Amino acid sequence: MDNVEKLRKAFAEALQISEDVITDDLKYNSIKEWDSVAHMALVAELEDVFDIMLDTDDIIEMSSVMKAREILTKYNVEFS
Amino acid sequence: MVDTPKIALITGASRGIGAATARRFLDAGYVVFLGGRNLEELEDISAAYENAHSLILDVSDLSSIKAAFMEVRKQYRALDVLVNNAGVMHAGMIAMTKSDIIDDMFDTNVRGSYLCAQLATRLMSAKHSGSIINISSIMGVQGAVGYSGYSASKAAVIGMTKAMAKELAPSGVRVNALAPGFIETDLTASITGEARDKALASIRMNRFGTTDDVASAALFLASDEASYITGQVLQIDGSMTA
Repeated sequence: MDNVEKLRKAFAEALQISEDVITDDLKYNSIKEWDSVAHMALVAELEDVFDIMLDTDDIIEMSSVMKAREILTKYNVEFS
Repeated sequence: MVDTPKIALITGASRGIGAATARRFLDAGYVVFLGGRNLEELEDISAAYENAHSLILDVSDLSSIKAAFMEVRKQYRALDVLVNNAGVMHAGMIAMTKSDIIDDMFDTNVRGSYLCAQLATRLMSAKHSGSIINISSIMGVQGAVGYSGYSASKAAVIGMTKAMAKELAPSGVRVNALAPGFIETDLTASITGEARDKALASIRMNRFGTTDDVASAALFLASDEASYITGQVLQIDGSMTA
């Protein structure tokens, strides 16, 4: 499974939504499933899947799927 | 004994309440990470247990906290219990307390506990369960002459506990505080003479508390027996505040 797929699955698992809904444009608080509680679950899921520990600044900045992708790149997670 | 070993991290585990709590959790079958600044002291405890891990952890240093939680993640990818025990206490009348002394107590007692809880919740929320136990003090509840800075820091721990409990309840993470009274530890050994006699006179159970008294309460709050208890401050003081 490549990292793009891992990212989609992580979002789907943490937010309890279908992978079909997950696009780069999906934004924090734009759907009821991605609220502040789910955001914490998402952080936990991403850290687990990619075996990293995110800085608090990055958690605050993670406002969309696209942004998550950018932030993860800083942690040496590559997206082809 | 717990059925499937649960993972606990206890800060300030080399001595006093932290060491007693670590031993109590280890005896109950938990896998325990003993956090502290002195590896040798931690090893003295963990060497007797297969389920113990010593962990260098200075809660006043964010990079040390991150490294410690990374180690927990690396080894078990989960955390069930955090006991925020590491603390420092300085005595001093208001007029005689320097700002760096206040900073020291708030850095360790408040900021350190906060940051550990912050990282713990990430490991806990993945499983939608967990228990954070913050060690406050009876001084944080009612204050004490000569301990205004320490009392302030421990009162902050109580405020933090209640706020975190509310915020983390939907994620299945419980947060409670213990407020020990006069417990026989290195921290209280310096309280002698008339002050010590006065403290004992205020305890109707007619004895000072032991570190095991606090450890037992921590084990209870960590357990499923306390699954509907969150945001509470359990005072362990032999009636001092009754």
